Amino acid sequence: MNEVSKDPKKANNGKADKPKVSRRKFLIGSAAVAGGVAFGAYFILRTPANPLLRDLGPGEAAITPFVKITETGITFIVPRADVGQGILSTQAHLIAEELDIDPGTVTLDPGQPHPIYVNAKIASNSLPFQPLDEGFVPRTVRDLMETVARVSGAQFTGGSSSVADLHEKLRHAGAAARETLKTAAAGRYGIPAASLATENGEVVFPDGRRIAYTELAADAALVEPVTDVELRPPERWRKLGTVFQRIDIVAKSTGAQRYGIDIELPDMLYAAVRANPGRGVSFDRYDDSVAREIRGVHVVVEVTDGLAVVADNTWRAFRAAAALDVDWQTPDYPASSEEMWRVLEDAHREDNIDSRLRDDGDVDEALDGADVVSAEYRAPFLAHAALEPLNATVLVEPDHVTVWTATQVPTAIRDAAAEMTGVGKENVTLHVLPAGGSFGRRLDHDYVVQAIEVAMSVPGTPVKTTWSREADMAHDFPRPFHMARARGAVSGGRVVACDIDTISPSLSASWFGRVFIVPPGPDTLIVWGAYDQPYAIPHYRVTGYKAPEVVPIGSWRSPGACSNSFFHEAFLSELIAAAGVDPLEERLRLISDPTSRRVLEAVGEMCSWNGPDIGAGRGRGIAFAHSHHVPVAEVVDVTVTDRGLRIDDVWIAADCGTVFDPVNAEAQLTGAAIWGLGHAMNCELTYENYAPLQTNYHAFQGMRLYQTPRFHTKLLEQAPAVAGLGEPATAPAAPALADAIFAATGQRLREMPFNRFVDFA
Amino acid sequence: MPLLWVLRDELGIKEPKYGCGIAQCGACTVHVGGSPVRSCQLPVGSVWSDVKTLSGLGAGGALHPLQTAWIEHQVAQCGYCQSGQIMQAADLLARNPNPSDADIDAAMSANLCRCGAYPRIRAAIKAAAASMRGGE
Ligand code: FES
Ligand code: FES
Repeated sequence: MNEVSKDPKKANNGKADKPKVSRRKFLIGSAAVAGGVAFGAYFILRTPANPLLRDLGPGEAAITPFVKITETGITFIVPRADVGQGILSTQAHLIAEELDIDPGTVTLDPGQPHPIYVNAKIASNSLPFQPLDEGFVPRTVRDLMETVARVSGAQFTGGSSSVADLHEKLRHAGAAARETLKTAAAGRYGIPAASLATENGEVVFPDGRRIAYTELAADAALVEPVTDVELRPPERWRKLGTVFQRIDIVAKSTGAQRYGIDIELPDMLYAAVRANPGRGVSFDRYDDSVAREIRGVHVVVEVTDGLAVVADNTWRAFRAAAALDVDWQTPDYPASSEEMWRVLEDAHREDNIDSRLRDDGDVDEALDGADVVSAEYRAPFLAHAALEPLNATVLVEPDHVTVWTATQVPTAIRDAAAEMTGVGKENVTLHVLPAGGSFGRRLDHDYVVQAIEVAMSVPGTPVKTTWSREADMAHDFPRPFHMARARGAVSGGRVVACDIDTISPSLSASWFGRVFIVPPGPDTLIVWGAYDQPYAIPHYRVTGYKAPEVVPIGSWRSPGACSNSFFHEAFLSELIAAAGVDPLEERLRLISDPTSRRVLEAVGEMCSWNGPDIGAGRGRGIAFAHSHHVPVAEVVDVTVTDRGLRIDDVWIAADCGTVFDPVNAEAQLTGAAIWGLGHAMNCELTYENYAPLQTNYHAFQGMRLYQTPRFHTKLLEQAPAVAGLGEPATAPAAPALADAIFAATGQRLREMPFNRFVDFA
Repeated sequence: MPLLWVLRDELGIKEPKYGCGIAQCGACTVHVGGSPVRSCQLPVGSVWSDVKTLSGLGAGGALHPLQTAWIEHQVAQCGYCQSGQIMQAADLLARNPNPSDADIDAAMSANLCRCGAYPRIRAAIKAAAASMRGGE
C-alpha cells in the first residue's frame, strides 16, 4: 500500500487545493473520450468525479481514476476482481503498456467501490438482441443499458466482460498519465514535451538524462492533464500480446499468496454458520446449551436464515455450529428433485412464453407433414463449489465498518454495510481480496451480509466468518435447472427446420432481484446460447418459457449458454445425422458470419477433420457456440475402454478480437472447457427434504487430473470487437462430448450429467 | 483439533488451505516426516514428526524445482489448490524421479483443482522432474 501520510501541516498549503479543481475539469472533459456523449444525457454519461482525489495529499497526482503517483511510488487501481481468471495481471499490463513501466514495480489496489468503475458492458450484454446485430435499435438500446448501469453504479466483475469494458479505458489512463508526466517534465526544464520519451518508469530527455515518474509527482499534480492521447496500435506494443509473466504467479507458486480466508487481525474472533438447509426460511426454535459449552465459544448469534457461532478459532466454531440443536422452518418450494422437475415440465405452457427472439421462416408450416425429428434435453442444478469456501471478515465500530472479502460486487457490499449498521457509505471501507475461485458465486454477497450480522454482535472486534464446505454447498445459488423440447426437419441432405422451446426459471429475476433491481422485459438468459446462434436455418425458432423460481439461483460460468448450448448443438447434431451429412460441413453451410466460419475451419484444420468416424471403439464429436461474444468451436475425441469412456484429445478454436495476454488466454480456454466437460460428466445437485444431497466434493467432483485430455488450442484475432475468455469455451464442451460419445457408441445423451447413462474411465 | 486448524488459526501458517475438511480435495496437504498428509484429517496430537509446508520445501531458502516449474509454466489460476498440489507432487518426485503420465495421474488425482489447471500441472511436474534429474 502506498498510503502517503496526510501531514496536517501541508494540508492547508494552497498548492494542494488547486490541482484538485483542475483534475475535476479534466475528468469531465475526458468523459467525451471514454464514455461518449449521447441522448443529451450529459449529466448521466459524464464520468463521475475521480475518487482518488478525495484522499490525495499535496504533491500527489491522480491523473486518472486508475493511476496514482506519489513521491514514493505508483499505484494502479484495478477495479475488476480477480477470482482466479488472471484479470488483475491483465488490467495492470494494459495500463503499463502505455505508461512505459514494469507493472511488477507498481502497487495494485482494487480501489474503493465507486461509480467511475462501473461495468457498463455487462448490462448491455444481457439485452434481447443477436450479439452480431449492429443495427440502429440494438445499438441504441445497448447504449441505454450501459447508461442504466452507470446510474445504478453497478461495479461488478462477470460475464467475461472485464477486458471488453476496460481495455481502452485502462490503456487510455496509462497514455494520459504518460503524456501528463512528459508535460510536467517539459515545464520544469523548459523544453518541448514532444522532445521527451518515456521508458521503464522514467522520462528520458534528448541528451539521455532520465527522471523518475515519482520525482515528477508534485509537478504533474499542478499541470493540466493531457487527455487528447492516441492509443498505440498493436504493432507498437512491447508486452501486450506476447508471453509475459502473470503478476501473481510467483506468490501463487510459493505459498505467499493470501486470500480472503487467510486474513488475520489482532484480537480477531472466528465464526461459523449453521443455516437452514432449505432456502429462504429460518428456525422455529433452537437449543444452544451444548454448543456454548464447547471450549473457546464466545457467543451464539441469530443471523439471516439461521445461527452463527463466534469462537476463538475456526475449528471450534465449526464444531459448535454442528452441535446446535435447531428445528428448521419448512421452505415453500417443492421438497425433492422429482417434484421440481415436474414444476419445470408443467411450465412448458403457452402462457409462460417469455420471449421468441428468433423466429425465421415459418416453422409450423415447415414441420407440418414433415418427418419430424424431436427430442427432449435436460441440464441439472449445479453448485459453484469454488475451492475457497465463502468467507468475510468484518469489523464494526461506532462510526465505521471495515470489510475484508473477495467479491465481484463491491458496490452492493458497501451499500449493504451502510444500511445494516447505519453508518454513511463513505464510512465503509472495503478491502477486496484475492479469491480462491468464484465461477459466478461471488456475484452474490449474502455471505458478507451474514458476516456483518455476526460482527454487529461483537462490536469493536474483527470477526472472520467462514462457511464450512457443507454450508457452501447447501447455501449456493446454483445454476438453474433447465430443459428444452426441440423439433426439426431435414430435406435433401439439409437441415431445414429447427424449433427449440427452452424452459427455465428466470436467472435475471432471481439474481438481479437480490443484488440490484429486476430489469424490465424478457429474460434473455432463459434463451441465451440458443436464440443468438449465427445459423441461417430457413425455418428457425427459439422460444423461452419462464418457470417458477423453485430455489434461488445464480450466475454460473457462462449463464444460459452453459445449458442452452448443449440443447441447441446436441439437437443440431441429431438433425445433421438425420440429414446424413458431415457435421462440420453442414455447420459451415448454415453459417455466413465470417468470424464464426473461421473458428470452425480452424478447428477442422487443427484436428485434420475427416468426419466423426475415427476407428473402432472411438468417436469424434464437434460443437460450436457463439458464447459471451466469442465464437468457439470444439472437437472432442473419445475411446471406449474396459473401464469406461476416456476423453483423449480436445481441440479448441476461438476468436476474441485481440489477445492481450496469450498465456492466460490459453489457461482460460482450457479451464473453461474442463469446467464444461467435468460438470457434464459427473455433477448435479439433487434435492431431497428441500436441500441438495451433495454436501461435499465426494459427491460433486468435476474433472480430476487423470481424466484430463490433451488440449490443442488456437486463438484467432479477427473478430471486430474485443471480448473476454473466462466463459466462452464452457458452452460447446458438453455438446461436443455428447457428440463424440454418440460417434463412439451410437448412444444419444440428452441429459446431464452423462454418468447417469455411461461410465467414464 | 486437526493439524490444519492449528497451523492456520493458532500458528498463522496459511499455505495449507481448507477446501473440504474430509480428505476429498488435497488443498490442506503438508508433509509430516517427509510424507504427504491431509492436515484436515490429522489430529494435532497424532503428529509424529516434523511438519513441512510449502514455504519450507526448497532447500536452503531457494525455490524447489517444482516451484520454479510452476512459475515457468504459469500453472496457477486462482492458485488456491496449488500449495497442496506442489506438496503432493514433491512427494511423487522424491519417490520417482522420472514419472510417466500414468504415474502422475495416480499420484495427483486426489488433488482437486476447480479452475482446471491440470494440463499445466502435468507439464510442470515433467519439467521439474527433468531439471532435478539434470541437476544430479
Ligand atoms: S481440506 Fe483436507 S483434503 Fe480437503
Ligand atoms: S488454481 Fe484454482 S483451484 Fe486450482
